[in-house]
Amino acid sequence: MNSDHSKSVSPDAEADAPVELVEERLVLWYFLASLGYLFVSFTGGLIMSLQLVHWNPHDGFIEYLSPGRWRMIHTNAIAYGFIANAFLGALHWAIPRLTLKPVLSRPLSYFIFAAWQVVVLSTAVGIIMGQAQAVEWGETPVWIDPLAQIGLLLVAINFMAPIIQMKGPMYVSLWYFMAAFVWTFLTYAMGNFIPQYFVGGTSAGAIQGLFIHDLVGLFVTPLAWGLMYYFVPILLQKPIWSHGLSLVGFWGLAFFYPLQGIHHFLYTPIPMFLQYGAIVSTVAIEFVVTTVIINFFGTLWGNGKAFFTNLPIRWFYTGMVFYFLTCLQCSFQVSLTFQKVIHFSDWVVGHAHLVMFGVFGLWFFGMMTYLFPRLYRQPWYSKNLAEWHYWLSAVGILVMAADLTLAGLFQGFYWVSMQPWDASVNASQPFWIIRLFAGLAIISGQICFAVNIYKTWQASRAAALAGASAHPSTYNAAWSAT
Amino acid sequence: MFENKSGILLIGGLGFFLFAFVSNALVPILMYRHLPEKTAEQLVTQNVLYQFEDLRLRYPEQFEKYVGEANEQNAADMLRLGRRVYVGEACWHCHSQFVRPVSNESRRWGPVSETPEYQNELQRPVLFGTRRVGPDLSREGGRRGNDWHTVHFFNPSSVSTGSPMPKYPWFFDGSPDKPNKRGLALILYVQWLGSWLDSYPMYEKYVPINESMSNPLE
Ligand code: HEC
Repeated sequence: MNSDHSKSVSPDAEADAPVELVEERLVLWYFLASLGYLFVSFTGGLIMSLQLVHWNPHDGFIEYLSPGRWRMIHTNAIAYGFIANAFLGALHWAIPRLTLKPVLSRPLSYFIFAAWQVVVLSTAVGIIMGQAQAVEWGETPVWIDPLAQIGLLLVAINFMAPIIQMKGPMYVSLWYFMAAFVWTFLTYAMGNFIPQYFVGGTSAGAIQGLFIHDLVGLFVTPLAWGLMYYFVPILLQKPIWSHGLSLVGFWGLAFFYPLQGIHHFLYTPIPMFLQYGAIVSTVAIEFVVTTVIINFFGTLWGNGKAFFTNLPIRWFYTGMVFYFLTCLQCSFQVSLTFQKVIHFSDWVVGHAHLVMFGVFGLWFFGMMTYLFPRLYRQPWYSKNLAEWHYWLSAVGILVMAADLTLAGLFQGFYWVSMQPWDASVNASQPFWIIRLFAGLAIISGQICFAVNIYKTWQASRAAALAGASAHPSTYNAAWSAT
Repeated sequence: MFENKSGILLIGGLGFFLFAFVSNALVPILMYRHLPEKTAEQLVTQNVLYQFEDLRLRYPEQFEKYVGEANEQNAADMLRLGRRVYVGEACWHCHSQFVRPVSNESRRWGPVSETPEYQNELQRPVLFGTRRVGPDLSREGGRRGNDWHTVHFFNPSSVSTGSPMPKYPWFFDGSPDKPNKRGLALILYVQWLGSWLDSYPMYEKYVPINESMSNPLE
């Protein structure tokens, strides 16, 4: 492939951006923080999964290791530690390239970095101390909420500045980013303040449903798709297949996603007509999702080999296959018929893992696999470790999701059949044991990744000391040896 | 409009979000605006006071030390504390608080949940829950005695074989007959669940189906 071709894709073609445009050190820091919190989250997940199979060595040992509290750290560290930090890093890389302008202020960027780590760390400490707020996925103690809200505002201002100044047509990624900054801010405010200070009871339930769903749909999903629209064409060195489908995907998401939150609380006292509305818009978005998937596979068409030879592309497209699977699963589980059985069961837990790790986690790993060598100016220490990282993560999450989905069906039918409660718990044991080992496989995969990063960093430092940084072509070409 | 900044910000970012907020959140808020939200004090019924008194009789020293008198105000404060503990320990990540109108749930637990039950201070934010590793608790009150709960929280598998529920020794001063303030509060909170129903305590009559089936003529 020739490099002229990539230039015609968009003005942002990699490595051409002037150096001062991107604060690379910050990208690196965000990625490292992100992976740090991923391991914090693993600790929480591990404690709970050991607890469920009676293997938790410190059950009842001290309250700061209480499995329930760590279960909340597990999900919060993923949302605000792993995902948010990975996004901030990737956005610091992508937005200046897409707009050809730096973010509003470099000191502000560093301030946000520090402030956000304070927010996430105090969330974790607050939850360990037993101060959680009763909003699922927003357990951030109430006294931290205003700080997080200000942080989100600063993030939006910092990144919006270059976008607003930009002239001429905006690339798809920027649509997603712009909208996501507004949505994230509004979602956080809605979910953390209204049910706490303004309404309680059933109405609060409706809002908590919107919150938990919008956090996935209006914060994580648009930013992640925006980054896919950015990285995939660059790696494949060709434009996105269909601009029309990009439009359908964006506007479909913008319209249907915010309408679905109540599907988390079907069969509750929330008015039934609202529940029906949420179901219909959920099914509607599956069609939108399909158009986006078609668009991306249309882009891959003709370059299918890249899926096997180019590891970041493989991460991205594996994630997209999982994305399609979760969305397909969702259109079944949202139906009232499925809800009777699978609500409250491990089916939903499997679904959540498949989305958060199997889709977005995999995408982040793809971005990081592509970016770490560029940030360190050093090719990966070991391609083998990188492959292990991929296989352990992908197979691990597939096993976990399949296992929990099946477990959910068993649990649901045990409950319907009016057996004593313990029957469902006992029947879950084999599934929970498999889940534990699938989780351990995932964790080992990330350990491979961490070792690989550490070794690459060491090599880059040694090279810098010797005054002999690797030539860009060595790491640029790292995964494109087609 | 579909690709420029103002369209994306105003229609996509703000407009659609507000449309969803109005239709999905404001509608129930307006529908239920006439239902008064009860305070914890108003939730202290005779049923709750009965359990509170029972705790005082069973654990007189602990009660004296951590609560004082078994009056209504103290009961309300303990309910608030109990809810805080319930939230902080993520009990609501393993136990739900609503009985659905499907899947035999009303036969297992009691009356289907309705909106007025949630219009109170202790459901702000609401504790519908998200996952049932353990059973629904919205009709748990009165089903078990206070001594059962103390032993259960101290070590769940000692009364419920094979229970994966975590142990909570930090609700006690060393042994299950010495619940501390958090322990007493949490038990009162659990006993409060469902105390507003006529059927309280509903579970006294509960017979698991396999037992009732083993002798169908009775
Ligand atoms: C890991 C999930 C888990 C967590 C966390 C958990 N429980 Fe449980 N709970 C269970 C399971 C499973 C059972 C059923 C087995 C048993 O009775 O122990 C149960 C049973 C119960 C029961 C008895 C229900 C009955 O009448 O049969 C009560 C009450 C209870 N839990 C309250 C709590 C409270 C309060 C907390 C928080 C301090 C809590 N649970 C935390 C899983 C959990």
